[in-house]
Amino acid sequence: MDTPMLTLRAVTKTHNEGEENACTALHDIDLSLEGRGVTVLRGPSGSGKSTLLSLVGCLSRPTSGRIHLRDPETAEVRDISALPERFLTLLRRRTFGFVFQSFNLIHGLSALENVMLPAYPLGQGRREIITRATAWLERLDVAHKARTPVELLSGGEVQRVAIARAMVNDPPVLIADEPTANLDSDLVRRFLEIVARFRDEGRMVLMTSHDPRVWESVSVDRVVTLRDGRIAGDEPGPASPARQGGGGAP
Amino acid sequence: MIRWFRVQVLMIDYTLASMARRKARNLGLLLVYAAILFVLASVTLFTGALREEAVRALVGAPEVTVQRMVMGRHALIDRDGLEALRAIRGVQWAEGRLWGYFYDTANGANYTMIVPSGGIVPSGGREAVAYGAPPEPGFVRIGGGVARSRGVAPGDWLFLLNPQGRLFKLRVEAVFPSASELVSADLVVLSEADFRAFHTLPEGVFTDLALGVRNPREITTIVEKAALVLPDCRFITRRDILRTYDALFDWREGILLALMGGAILAFMILAWDKASGQSPEERREIGILKAIGWETGEVIRARLWESALVSLFAFLAGYLLAYLHVFFFSAGLLRPVLQGWAVLYPEIHLTPRIDGARVLTLFLLTVGPYVAATLVPIWRAAVVDPDTVMR
Amino acid sequence: MIFQPAILALLLASLLTTLALGGGAVFGARVLRHWDPTNGAASQLRLERGTYLTSTLVGFALAVQGVALVLFVFNADRMASQFVGAMCAAGTLRVNGFGMPALTLRIGVFFAACLWLALDHLDSQGYDYPLIRVKYALLLAVLPLALAAAGLELAYFLNLRADVVTSCCSRLFTPANAGIGGDLAALDPALALGLLFGGLTLLLSLGTLLVTRGPGRGNWVAWTYSGANVVTFVLGMAGVISVVSPYVYENPNHHCPFCLLKPEYGFIGYALHGPLFAATAAGLAVGPLAWGRHFPSLRTVSPRLFRRMALLSMGACALFGMVSGAIILRSGLVLFP
Repeated sequence: MDTPMLTLRAVTKTHNEGEENACTALHDIDLSLEGRGVTVLRGPSGSGKSTLLSLVGCLSRPTSGRIHLRDPETAEVRDISALPERFLTLLRRRTFGFVFQSFNLIHGLSALENVMLPAYPLGQGRREIITRATAWLERLDVAHKARTPVELLSGGEVQRVAIARAMVNDPPVLIADEPTANLDSDLVRRFLEIVARFRDEGRMVLMTSHDPRVWESVSVDRVVTLRDGRIAGDEPGPASPARQGGGGAP
Repeated sequence: MIRWFRVQVLMIDYTLASMARRKARNLGLLLVYAAILFVLASVTLFTGALREEAVRALVGAPEVTVQRMVMGRHALIDRDGLEALRAIRGVQWAEGRLWGYFYDTANGANYTMIVPSGGIVPSGGREAVAYGAPPEPGFVRIGGGVARSRGVAPGDWLFLLNPQGRLFKLRVEAVFPSASELVSADLVVLSEADFRAFHTLPEGVFTDLALGVRNPREITTIVEKAALVLPDCRFITRRDILRTYDALFDWREGILLALMGGAILAFMILAWDKASGQSPEERREIGILKAIGWETGEVIRARLWESALVSLFAFLAGYLLAYLHVFFFSAGLLRPVLQGWAVLYPEIHLTPRIDGARVLTLFLLTVGPYVAATLVPIWRAAVVDPDTVMR
Repeated sequence: MIFQPAILALLLASLLTTLALGGGAVFGARVLRHWDPTNGAASQLRLERGTYLTSTLVGFALAVQGVALVLFVFNADRMASQFVGAMCAAGTLRVNGFGMPALTLRIGVFFAACLWLALDHLDSQGYDYPLIRVKYALLLAVLPLALAAAGLELAYFLNLRADVVTSCCSRLFTPANAGIGGDLAALDPALALGLLFGGLTLLLSLGTLLVTRGPGRGNWVAWTYSGANVVTFVLGMAGVISVVSPYVYENPNHHCPFCLLKPEYGFIGYALHGPLFAATAAGLAVGPLAWGRHFPSLRTVSPRLFRRMALLSMGACALFGMVSGAIILRSGLVLFP
């Protein structure tokens, strides 16, 4: 990987810009992310983790500064800082899969239907989508709950359905916002196993977390610390070759 | 193209599922929508059918009716006029007709009395009725309304007091079938001798004259010539009557629809309100869709599908109910308004008929405003920030 | 006469169209003034999001116009019985001087909305929205057209008087009559037939050239193709009036383009006018769509779109030609012994 997947240069994000309750969540961020490995953004709540995640994940645009993204299909590097939402969305859905803090599954729909939703706008046949969604549910051991309405699933099952939904379009990057917030240790361990598997497949995983169990996990390559909207630290994680004394690729 | 089609199918699928999840909410709107359509469709179907009946009644009418006018009032015409008309080239036939109205003091109703001219020359705009040959003197054939109000059946005696107070005793030969009742309810068909005696009319005078014309294109010319021969008469062509019917029924329907404009407006406000007053649940759902990669345009399209499906369902349901109401239940809710009022109320069964222009009209009047009212709320809901779910 | 159901519906349709296009135009003026693609700020985001509303509004206006156009002619035909001398839509439209212009402008608005939506579709696939100013300037230009159409239509309906003696198609589209209808009807049938099929052949050849060889330097083939579609629309209409209709009616003196839509003639008019309208709507868009390829962000999208539109319009044209040909061949009338 010669060019980074994503670079941020002097990025600032102000919420409610131009209004009385304007607040700047990120100041002058410089960051570049390779297209693989596991990166954790850590920091206390209010430090700007989620805002940064939404900028990186093309969910919003910076107030100032530049973001460049390498298109996974064409390998073309593009300035997306002022790209219209329509194209941000198109880029986003072939680059990123999202797992949200509260998982945000749609109630009333079955697990399978939830997993299928991100594929609807892409124009594949229904059967194809079902096959793929079922394959992901199987990989994550929740295939037996495919027809169950999501509100009847347990916490761990909900999380795995959410991951399947994020992966159904086979994106190279998985973004997860506080994925372990409400999970017990056993579930955290299972989640980290899944993350490690994705990493081994050559995908990139980007997570926010203030959970030490996450950033101390063996599969983390890089930990970026945020404080008050600025980057306060950027160090290699346990899985990084730098921490293992330069012992080659993981 | 296939891609686009597949996306639409999946969107419809999703929309149906999401509508099913909010049954109660959608049902209320759907009911109001269908009710509005039901009323409007009933109005258009009913006036359309009435107009149709009226026009059909004219099918056998003479091309031209000739009436003598005295002081601007309709007056009797004598046999000389008939002969003068027969002499005009292009006139196929000319007949004198006898018909008139009679106020029956026994039940306060108005009858229409007619002498059929052997079935050849129909009379008085009631041509849908097969009068048959004139009855024998002493016999009558009556309409259903007359039979009901006087409580008589075929074979009974019908007693009538003429305007001079003389009692006439006539045997009821037949009652007209109910199929033609819109135009036959108040009919009393009798022989020429009885008619002249009842109304004390001298021989050789007629109520009016009827003309048949060989070539319909010549009607204007023939009427011009006849007007020279009979300067004190007015000439009514069948097309004139048709024109008047058309204008009258369309106008009645239009006025009713215009009065219901208020209802349509209220419905628009309801639709707007429903579409913009979303539950937090729905807003969350749109937020999720956008976050997982649905584009704003796609969210709008899914919601437009919802509008379209609701409209389609309401339209079909409302129209079907209106169809049943008008053609199987004789438009019971509308008749007093649109049909006029009379003692001898006809019991009619209208012939089912659907007219493309009327369906299009109804479509524009209801679906147009509904979709228009939902456009802005749909858009507003669809442009939420995709990162709302992360906050 | 304003209280006729169909008239009420048509006036409502005019109102909705005008409101939708008016809303779009007001927003368009804001775009023309404030659009700044380099700006990632909130005001720009609001403008961007507004474009979705405009597209939806214009699409809605087009749909309403389409239905209203059919109803307008349909209703004119139905109301013919209420005017002395009128036998079909042609007579009703001639009751006063506003009818024909209103119909013409309505058709104009319809095509303009089609063109706008095609441009919008193209533009929205370029990441920098390169045509956005062109698009909204065009929308500002369409609004007066729509207003004029609505005004003319209102004037037409307000001035409908049942006691006016009008002239019907037998007089309006008669060779002896002055005026454009008469001129078209008086056109020598052989000449009209030649023009019609010659025009169609030329258009199809031009289309083939465009699809196989591309739009040419300076986009001239594509522009010519769009222009040729307008000409073909006129030629097609003229052909219908002067030759095709007499074949349908099997009467050399009946030239009406409206009676064709009646059930007596098996609604054959829809099979004639439908493809012709589709061909023109699609063909008009070809020029602008092909022109879009000069913008870097549209380089890949534009050729795909203009080709698709060109093929669509050529197909519709061919269909129109085939229907006309079939009518002429199957008719009992012989104009060319």
